[in-house]
Amino acid sequence: MTAPSAQFVTTIGLEIHVELKTRTKMFCGCPVAFGGEPNTRVCPVCLGHPGTLPVPNEKAIELTNKIAMALDCEIAPHSIFHRKNYFYPDMPKNYQISQYDIPIGSRGSLDMEVGGESRWIGITRVHLEEDTGKSVHVGGGGRIREAEYSLEDFNRAGTPLVEIVTEPDITSAEEARVFAQELRSILEFLDVSDVRMEEGSLRIDANISVEAPGRSGTKVEVKNMNSMRSVFRALEFEEERQRNALMNEEELVQMTRHWDEKSGVTIPGRVKEYAFDYRYFPEPDLTPIEPSIEWLRQLQEELPELPIAKRRRWMEELGLGPYDAQVLTSSPGVSVFFEETLEAVKDANPKQVANWVANNLAGALSDTGERFSDLKITPSQFAELMDMVASGEINASQGKEILSAMLLTGTSPGSIAEERDMRQVSDRGELEAVVDEVISNNAEVADRIRAGDMKPFGVLVGAVMRATQGKANAAVVTEILKEKLGAS
Amino acid sequence: MPITRKDVDHVARLARLALSEEEKAALEEQLSKILAHAERVTSLDTEGVPPTSHAIQLANVARSDDVVDPLSRDDALANAPAAEEHQFRVPRILEEEE
Amino acid sequence: MSELWQHTAGQLSALLGTGEVSAVDVTESVLERLRSVEDDVKAFITITEDEAKAKARKVDEMRSAGEDPGPIAGVPVALKDIFVTKGIRSTAASKILENYVPGYSSTAAARCDAAGLPLLGKTNLDEFAMGSSTENSAYFETRNPWNLSKVPGGSSGGSAAAVASGQAVWALGTDTGGSIRQPAALCGVVGVKPTYGLVSRYGMIAFASSLDQAGPFTRDVRDAALLLDAIAGQDPKDATSLPIDHPSYAASLEGGVDGMRIGVVKELAGEGLQEGVKIRFDEAVSVLEKLGAEIGEVSLPSFEYGIDVYYLIAPAEASSNLARYDGVRYGLRVDGEDIVQMNSKTRAAGFGPEVKRRIMLGTYSLSAGYYDQYYGKAQKARTLIIRDFERAYGEFDLLVSPTSPTTAFGFGERTDDPLTMYLSDICNVPTSLAGAAAISVPCGLAPEDQMPVGIQIMAKALDEPTMFRAAYAFEQSFRGRDSQIFPELVSR
Ligand SMILES: [Mg+2]
Ligand SMILES: [Zn+2]
Repeated sequence: MTAPSAQFVTTIGLEIHVELKTRTKMFCGCPVAFGGEPNTRVCPVCLGHPGTLPVPNEKAIELTNKIAMALDCEIAPHSIFHRKNYFYPDMPKNYQISQYDIPIGSRGSLDMEVGGESRWIGITRVHLEEDTGKSVHVGGGGRIREAEYSLEDFNRAGTPLVEIVTEPDITSAEEARVFAQELRSILEFLDVSDVRMEEGSLRIDANISVEAPGRSGTKVEVKNMNSMRSVFRALEFEEERQRNALMNEEELVQMTRHWDEKSGVTIPGRVKEYAFDYRYFPEPDLTPIEPSIEWLRQLQEELPELPIAKRRRWMEELGLGPYDAQVLTSSPGVSVFFEETLEAVKDANPKQVANWVANNLAGALSDTGERFSDLKITPSQFAELMDMVASGEINASQGKEILSAMLLTGTSPGSIAEERDMRQVSDRGELEAVVDEVISNNAEVADRIRAGDMKPFGVLVGAVMRATQGKANAAVVTEILKEKLGAS
Repeated sequence: MPITRKDVDHVARLARLALSEEEKAALEEQLSKILAHAERVTSLDTEGVPPTSHAIQLANVARSDDVVDPLSRDDALANAPAAEEHQFRVPRILEEEE
Repeated sequence: MSELWQHTAGQLSALLGTGEVSAVDVTESVLERLRSVEDDVKAFITITEDEAKAKARKVDEMRSAGEDPGPIAGVPVALKDIFVTKGIRSTAASKILENYVPGYSSTAAARCDAAGLPLLGKTNLDEFAMGSSTENSAYFETRNPWNLSKVPGGSSGGSAAAVASGQAVWALGTDTGGSIRQPAALCGVVGVKPTYGLVSRYGMIAFASSLDQAGPFTRDVRDAALLLDAIAGQDPKDATSLPIDHPSYAASLEGGVDGMRIGVVKELAGEGLQEGVKIRFDEAVSVLEKLGAEIGEVSLPSFEYGIDVYYLIAPAEASSNLARYDGVRYGLRVDGEDIVQMNSKTRAAGFGPEVKRRIMLGTYSLSAGYYDQYYGKAQKARTLIIRDFERAYGEFDLLVSPTSPTTAFGFGERTDDPLTMYLSDICNVPTSLAGAAAISVPCGLAPEDQMPVGIQIMAKALDEPTMFRAAYAFEQSFRGRDSQIFPELVSR
């Protein structure tokens, strides 16, 4: 018996680890940075030497509170650190200082939109912990199981890490991707992390189970998803795998699976021989975190407008479409660029500007892999371009060409237009002569229009544009053509 | 409740201690005895009593986010039992853990 | 005139201050004494003669240049080998750290150095401070200077013996559940367990983090106050160190006990005491009474299970603190096929039986399914002990008991039975669990074995001034102060 796929129910919960953008590590003064020569950002504390003690970074506590607030969590008036005990060579003390029963934030939610509909995903907890070091596996192609031995670099050990756990409220791979993107934007707007999945400053693991009528689901943990795209692909794959297994009445096992980007499949991990026993207990070297109401209020006031609020405001106040609004709020870089362009424009309207930023500019950037923060051009230069288009000085396709040149050189649109002799021709006298010539060359078409058939009108406009190498102002051309042919 | 040999094996594995058979046998007996003596605590009525993990009450002790110079790489590796390419060398890692 | 090594730190400070003697003279004298009796006592794991002399010269140079090196500068000190010292091997008396040379210093060691105290060496202890006799050292046994066939107590047995034998003018130890007070009593010297958080734990190799506290061993109460003044105070490297400006303890000695309310703890001063301990303790209480203290008896029922609470909490914390000794970054490594084998063989070879026992006990009491029954329960019982103290301190300024139920015992007498050994700390653990302060002061020799007995004076957290005042008053009036005389080093 095969069940119709509509009856399958997919349940996904995400566990996200975010490296905070502090200057120093969580419990010592070593600098935090990505990469670098191994073991050059370590000290007795983060190497777990005998007698050393952790002292928490107040900035990391502040940033964790901000994340918890942005996710609408309840902030614990008293939260504590625990030790999570297990042996691993990249963990210097063989316990991780983490949080357990009283995290900084709990019972929050993230508000997002999927296919135009609002969805609230529950946030179980937001807690603060420390990162591990990194193992490099030598021999056996660098894979852990075939390696001959491993090398440990503790530069990353002790980096402040925030763990965010969602409720199992996500029902599809697409929703998981939207959630992950929305969360990433929020973290970027809060300016708390670099959120670079490829560098590991944002790491996403998922628990997914598919249920069929009469058959309960089996929770599978999916790891190693290193991009937003792989979150989607891995979960889509896993959803399909579990559905097939249910349809074929195969047994599903609770396990960890690793996403393999190249082959596009999840690979089963080792089945755990023993249940983990972390022997959590309150960290005796640290004191509780008890934020004052005044401090929390101050943090709340400092929170920036979050992407979803900005998106909704712009749709309502500026009339932006959902797609443009989404793109313009996907990172603080793009939204600041948009806002500053809007302030600088004279003729162009917000919708037009939004459309250009969200499509032409964002598109050009995603082609080169650049970020808005890397842009060579300024919002005021971009505003100048928008005004040139809006005033009819240049047409849209000229505008795009100028934009490409601007992105490469960082020069102003006016000078590029000048240089390339791209000023749009709007002068009636000049254009009338061209129009007259086009009408005489296309007498048959002109007659049809004079007789009231507007269908071939575009043919004449196109001919004028060609005759002027695209520089003619299309609006003026239309006006003249209509006058001359007595069309309305 | 006396400690069984299975408990000893399990705990030794958690604690990463390669114990001899004699050690395990002795521990089975000694730990049972110690925990039996602790019976008067484990059977205590502590209904409504909060746990104490710090005898002295302090809160919010933290440091400012200021960089302190890290160790030189040679100092970092000075006590390493085995090192290679400025990293700590360890035998192959078998278990998959977090 | 007596030798310089026989003087107290207070006396030596005065001589050094007036320039009558130099720091080099004092240090040479102490080192000579150290060398001459070390073969009998075996108090030191590492002797740092060169460092001590260099520091002494530096102090003398400062003085002759007209600079003030501080009031106690030039009086040599010994440190329990659990305080990490930069460039000097620091072992915790464990094979696992046999060749460990730290790149940094503990705050307590750094403060001794800043106070101008030449470092004589690192003293023996029970491995990782786990024990009550110093028999658990991975290296050798330290002998009690009063009778070389007896233990010095522990875990800070090396520091206690060094001070008792004149091998150091003073020394630092650590106390988790009696590890300063009990050896102080057994060796006939003064030992202080300060309020938790008064002395930084940074660089003190951790045993049980919520209980560990450093403190002085000295020959008299004034010296203890002087040394505590030098090492106490907030440290930004220890989040649990108390953010307070502590008063000068050396300035808190005078004033006597007239009118002070002192409670004798019924549960610790009655049954189960060795006869001579009981005799000397009762005498000490009557001295306090004669000095004007109001003596009363107080019952603290929860103290009955103090030892059990302690032996559930301390090993649990220890099992986690000692997980870092894994053969990866420093210390001993025994090779293995894979990481699990390497870790497990290293730890099996590097830790002694008592350390393994406590790691096993602690791991068990934290493990899934047992937390609530053991560790969780012990934390609640800890609350009950603190409440009992609070009640008692509502009635009394100080509490007293013998420091140890017995005098020093013979080697091997308690090693076969861990539980009996654990019971040696019965009088000491309640104060540790409450994070409060206590001092052990010598109160004579037990008639039956001529071995030292100590009285433990307990104070509420941060009430060291009252504790020192009573201890000093007692010491001043106590007649027949056998403990002030250096024992003859003979095996009886
Ligand atoms: Mg985590
Ligand atoms: Zn560090």
